[in-house]
Amino acid sequence: MKIPEPYFGKLFKPFVFLLALLPGILLGWNAWQDNLGANPIETITHQTGDWTLRFLLITLSISTLRRWMGWGQLIRLRRMLGLYAFFYATLHLFTYLWLDQFFWWEEILADILKRPFITVGMLAFVLLIPLAVTSTNAMIRRLGKNWLKLHKLIYLIALLGVLHFWWLVKADVREPFIYMAILALLLGERIWHSWRFKRQFL
Amino acid sequence: MILKKKPTLTDHHVTDESLYKARRSFIKTMGAGSILLGSTLAPGILSAKAGKPDLKSELTRYKDITSYNNFYEFGTGKSDPAKYAHTLKTSPWSIHVDGECSKPGTFALEDLLKPMQTEERIYRFRCVEGWSMVIPWQGFELGKLLTRFEPTSRAKYVYFETLYDPKQMPGQKRSVLEWPYVEGLRMDEAMHPLTLLATGLYGKDLLNQNGAPLRLVVPWKYGFKSIKSIVKIHFLEEQPITSWQKANAVEYGFYSNVNPEVDHPRWSQKRERRIGEFRKRKTLFLNGYADEVAVLYKGLDLKKNY
Repeated sequence: MKIPEPYFGKLFKPFVFLLALLPGILLGWNAWQDNLGANPIETITHQTGDWTLRFLLITLSISTLRRWMGWGQLIRLRRMLGLYAFFYATLHLFTYLWLDQFFWWEEILADILKRPFITVGMLAFVLLIPLAVTSTNAMIRRLGKNWLKLHKLIYLIALLGVLHFWWLVKADVREPFIYMAILALLLGERIWHSWRFKRQFL
Repeated sequence: MILKKKPTLTDHHVTDESLYKARRSFIKTMGAGSILLGSTLAPGILSAKAGKPDLKSELTRYKDITSYNNFYEFGTGKSDPAKYAHTLKTSPWSIHVDGECSKPGTFALEDLLKPMQTEERIYRFRCVEGWSMVIPWQGFELGKLLTRFEPTSRAKYVYFETLYDPKQMPGQKRSVLEWPYVEGLRMDEAMHPLTLLATGLYGKDLLNQNGAPLRLVVPWKYGFKSIKSIVKIHFLEEQPITSWQKANAVEYGFYSNVNPEVDHPRWSQKRERRIGEFRKRKTLFLNGYADEVAVLYKGLDLKKNY
């Protein structure tokens, strides 16, 4: 599969960019329209968290799809999609810091230390920062081989992200289970691939 | 606490529209990303809770009370009960009473309710998840009904069951919790005049998502103690094990009293978000009913008996 060249960069990629922004726009619009239900701040927290996890998984699925569909072009979307995961994670974190805790640092610190689901969530966010910072072309060139090593952190981040969701729910783990299953599939495919072709784990 | 003989509801019971709009517009500005406007409105929102709490002026919107619910029998999402609870058939309805009492039996709901005079009670409602509401219930004291069954001296606890019928309650097809949902109270808690059996709210009959036709309301305990759509009452000597204890005994105890000093293992209980408000409030010990009910727990370690 391949989209002819000028169209991929000039049309398809901007289209994906807008598509990925859409959940954020809809969230803002629905907040403006008072459409977020009885507890809007909870809705904002959950939706930004959901989209962070989704974009993490979408980003991870790029190389898998590339292998299975033979669609090499997809790799050119990966950085953008990864940055979207960072974008939604940032919104999610600031919703918590501001709208949930109102920058009450003492309580926030207590949360991070005492509550495992917040500990792993915060850790996942902190680990995302170096990945976002080193996503520029200049940084990729500068880091060389180390860039690849560094960006393997994404596996750990995704795992922590799903765990963050799992430990949050009261009784119904169906949703976090679905995320975990997809993540397991994506990681399993990589293990299989590296074993099958005696390649480095990608 | 407001006690009234008859369910009267006038305009002033409802959150003042300008205040309500101010709250909402604050939320709206979040969507627009305008912090400036929001911060100028915030003091007006906060002033509503200054002075002695007048619950009448703090009532949660009817729309919010009836659309934001935890009732896992209809799904685990907050909006699921309002969407799916229409399959519950609340008439005819009967309640089975047994255990340590002299007058057990199966009673039609109408017969149980006939001699009971309902009154309006405006109570705070605090969910274990950290949100709260102020709800004008119609109901009667649970104790007044329980005495009619003449519990014996061996009745130390009373236990309640929600209907179990996956056809009417599709959420029961998944074993998120062990069905039927069960809850319990110590006898003195059950007989306390604050403990209510509710048949309505805002002057209307309970909607299915709020636990029609008959639900418990224990205002100083976390919301999940206030069991909905009751079909069974059982008196017993031993402390019963409740649904949430079965699901996770480390996190949910038998007492489940609202207590800002005893955190849920996974989140703080110090503050709560009152539905319709922007900033969080401090959670009150026993949900603000300590003057009335703290005496029930004299000498009891509330950290151990959470």
